[in-house]
Amino acid sequence: MAERVGSQPPSREITPPDLYLRRRDFLREAALASASAVLVPGIACGADTPRGQRLPGVAPGPFRSEEPPTRFEDATSYNNFYELGTDKGDPARNAHHLRTRPWSIAIAGEVAKPGTIGIEEILKSFPLEERIYRFRCVEAWSMVIPWVGFPLGDLLKRFEPTSQARYVAFQTLFDPEQMPGQRRAVLDWPYVEGLRLDEAMHPLAILAVGMYGEVLPNQNGAPVRLVVPWKYGFKSIKSIVEIRLTRTQPPTSWNLSAPREYGFYSNVNPEVAHPRWSQASERRIGEFRRRPTLPFNGYAEQVASLYRDMDLRENF
Amino acid sequence: MATRSPSASRRHRLQIGVVALGLLPAASLAWRALAGDLGANPIETVTHVTGESGLRLLLASLAVTPLRRLFGWAWAAPLRRALGLLAFFYVSLHALTYVALDHFFDWDLLLEDVLEHRYVTAGFLGFSCMLPLALTSTRAMMKRLGRRWVRLHRLAYVAAIAGVVHYLWLVKADLVPPLTYAAVLALLLGVRAWYALSARRRPDSAKVARSAAS
Repeated sequence: MAERVGSQPPSREITPPDLYLRRRDFLREAALASASAVLVPGIACGADTPRGQRLPGVAPGPFRSEEPPTRFEDATSYNNFYELGTDKGDPARNAHHLRTRPWSIAIAGEVAKPGTIGIEEILKSFPLEERIYRFRCVEAWSMVIPWVGFPLGDLLKRFEPTSQARYVAFQTLFDPEQMPGQRRAVLDWPYVEGLRLDEAMHPLAILAVGMYGEVLPNQNGAPVRLVVPWKYGFKSIKSIVEIRLTRTQPPTSWNLSAPREYGFYSNVNPEVAHPRWSQASERRIGEFRRRPTLPFNGYAEQVASLYRDMDLRENF
Repeated sequence: MATRSPSASRRHRLQIGVVALGLLPAASLAWRALAGDLGANPIETVTHVTGESGLRLLLASLAVTPLRRLFGWAWAAPLRRALGLLAFFYVSLHALTYVALDHFFDWDLLLEDVLEHRYVTAGFLGFSCMLPLALTSTRAMMKRLGRRWVRLHRLAYVAAIAGVVHYLWLVKADLVPPLTYAAVLALLLGVRAWYALSARRRPDSAKVARSAAS
């Protein structure tokens, strides 16, 4: 046993350097939080999510659903983002741990020009548009979200996929400091997802950096996430740090966790039940009665041709 | 019959206190419903709160006898019925939410759900086991059924196992909450099994206990 020397403080009393470096952020956040708690009555009891920064220059994009969008409060307080906790309210509660600046995505694998792109560069390079999409969770609830983003294909093309590239693999940040949910192995971290290249290049597949005209809230996968509206929500991976083009089908987190229950494709399909519950209907958040679930979440006209010769029961 | 003593009224107050405590989740749900504060998915919130409260109270009712035996807490005995009935109250609300709010009395769909999805089957089994227990919970029924009452009320074990299995089979990835309930239940059933086994190993004391019970 080492003896403690006179004036040396025990290690538990030393502020970790990263916490020390963030002390001003902490003070600023604390001041901001207490100020808003005084000014906005809702925030004090945690009922409302503080509104984010508006994204400038967002043009209305194609594929706009006519359905009324889900309430912002619901879309930002009812989330599945296990990196920030398994309860639906945990992501909003733990959102402040996640730091989204600086942030960059590494693009690797079967591309002619592998490299890294920073979030500021992404925001500068790709014209942002609003897409109002239906969002169907595998747990049989759904929302309508006005996303702000740009086609995933536009980013991929910039790095020039080689002729060998057939799939796209995505990875979420792994940092248990910022993502307290990762301190427990509920899933095999980091979260990984994947698409076939033609799915990834489909104009419906976007990378979102915002919603409701504002910067993406942390609990919704900030600063940049995938949105593939014809697949179950868990395919739309959040807080992406790596995109890798591959020759073979990449592993995906929920499929690794329960291969019988979650397939690689996971297209919304009312005909193919989850082994433990039906997928025939869903509850739209904000509505009382269940409504029937549509094949490909109502995007069959746009995407059904991608799966022309496939048995969708086999490839669930 | 024991004469009514000061401790009897204290026991009465304890009963009332436990019932009031047991009704807190329901009161909080009602309050949140009136305030429009049940979250983005109110039906799911009601389903989860009633289900979890039912399971907790069922386990609490099963904890009474082991506590009495291990620590000699004789005063806890009358709480068993109150806790069991509270558990039934929540499990009924849970089932009603599922039938009326979640599936809006779509009986075809409900039947299919119960038959095809094992977690629903387990939940249905648990509720079905609790129904006869609630119906025979009165003192008069206890007297009328005699020893059969004791045997019938062993269904509480089946209900608790079904409840924990129901929970285990419905979660997606995080098994910690249902396994916590499973561990508590295993402990409670384990204590009972241990007592039963040691009674069998000591036939004399078992005989004494049996003659004392009859």
